[in-house]
Amino acid sequence: MNGIEVANLGYAYGAKRALDDVSFTVKTGQFCALLGPNGAGKSTLFNLLTRLFTSPEGRIRIAGHDLATGPRAALANLGIVFQQSTLDLDLTVRQNLSYFASLHGISGRDAAQRIEACLRKLDMLARADEKARSLNGGHRRRAEIARALIHDPAVLLLDEPTVGLDAAARASITGHVHDLTSDGTTVLWATHLTDEVAPDDQLIVLHNARVLADGICQDMCGDTPLQERFLELTGASV
Amino acid sequence: MNAYLTSLSAIVKREALRFVHQRERFIAALVRPLVWLLVFAAGFRAALGLSIIPPYQTYITYETYIVPGLCGMVLLFNGMQSSLSLVYDREMGSMKLLLTSPLPRWWLLFCKLIGSTAISVLQVYAFLGIAAAFGITMPLIGYVTVLPALVVAGVMLGALGLLLSSFIKQLENFSGVMNFVIFPTFFLSSALYPLWKMAESSELLYKICAINPFTQAVELIRFALYANFNGTALFWSLSAAVIFTFVAVWGYNPARTGLAKRG
Repeated sequence: MNGIEVANLGYAYGAKRALDDVSFTVKTGQFCALLGPNGAGKSTLFNLLTRLFTSPEGRIRIAGHDLATGPRAALANLGIVFQQSTLDLDLTVRQNLSYFASLHGISGRDAAQRIEACLRKLDMLARADEKARSLNGGHRRRAEIARALIHDPAVLLLDEPTVGLDAAARASITGHVHDLTSDGTTVLWATHLTDEVAPDDQLIVLHNARVLADGICQDMCGDTPLQERFLELTGASV
Repeated sequence: MNAYLTSLSAIVKREALRFVHQRERFIAALVRPLVWLLVFAAGFRAALGLSIIPPYQTYITYETYIVPGLCGMVLLFNGMQSSLSLVYDREMGSMKLLLTSPLPRWWLLFCKLIGSTAISVLQVYAFLGIAAAFGITMPLIGYVTVLPALVVAGVMLGALGLLLSSFIKQLENFSGVMNFVIFPTFFLSSALYPLWKMAESSELLYKICAINPFTQAVELIRFALYANFNGTALFWSLSAAVIFTFVAVWGYNPARTGLAKRG
């Protein structure tokens, strides 16, 4: 079974096509980087993958569940980190996570244990009782990633999670999320920064609403640095 | 606990916490009707002669007359405010969090509605308490019998807010909603003047006031405050609540392109 399957997905805002015949598959436990310049269609793809809106064209499967016919099973298997922060700044980290757990129907001791485990995984346990407002950008992000893991999702989606962070925080978060794949979590990581992609990651290049390239990063690049290869790919098609 | 109840209690608790954290909002919500009651009504009582109309059995002061309307005002403002906070929420992303939960959307929106209604009702009781401290009291039993009326009116106005939030494109300032929703709703109702007074001035305005769901909500509260039952008002308030809720849930349907455009 694959973590994510997208087949012939299309979407248009009026006359403007944001996604055109997009198909790709991410295997279970694979880290997949979705690379694309601004305006390539990444955000639209995320909104469709998270069912914030739906499209009549194409099909999406999350951990084997069709998003159109079984949306609730699909969403239950999905952990999401949105580009903009969605923490309630007046609440502590633990309260934020506990609210989220409740939205997934998890409560009581079970919730407390899961929250503890997820915070530990992201090295955030020490800050559990701090207000979200008092955390720096990197820690807020880590709290959000911990939150996205509470319901033990098979697939984790992150939409440019390192935007606005310094180099150290960026490296730390990129590392943490790469580690998550070791226990079988499938990760789809949208970015426009090539240094966040590891050589054995799957890489999908999205450009002008279409998939331009799809494969393992080192196979795709050979000896060329990814940055150059990426500019070559996206530049050539302009 | 079952997933539905867990989410309901969490959403209501979050609304309550947000409310506690925004003390200014609570004070503003109290000051507004009190200014009307203690200043406007005091100045106005001489200008407006009230005859005996149900549910009142004797001559009443103008202050007494407008208390139910001001309860309605608290519910109306609160419903609109929570609708604006929904628009704000969505932009800040926490609405996204809610909408990507595996529970059905209608349920999540309904939980939101219950949460905001609970806060509204508490505010009304705080207002009634202060009014009583100033000597404007209702029959004691009225404070109990008004509760279900406040819940129905609160859900109806909260649903109206929810409906607006699914159509408002972005965080707009409060004055737009004030001018185009709150003022017409409030003034075209029986909150400040009995409708027969309005009928004397204009038959058309009278008709508009009579079909305004807010008028029905205010009358429902007015009768309930005197432990009287107003079936017509209950029927129209409930119908409006159901219609507004349905349209709001439709407004949040993921296949609706309007929502998509806003992202």
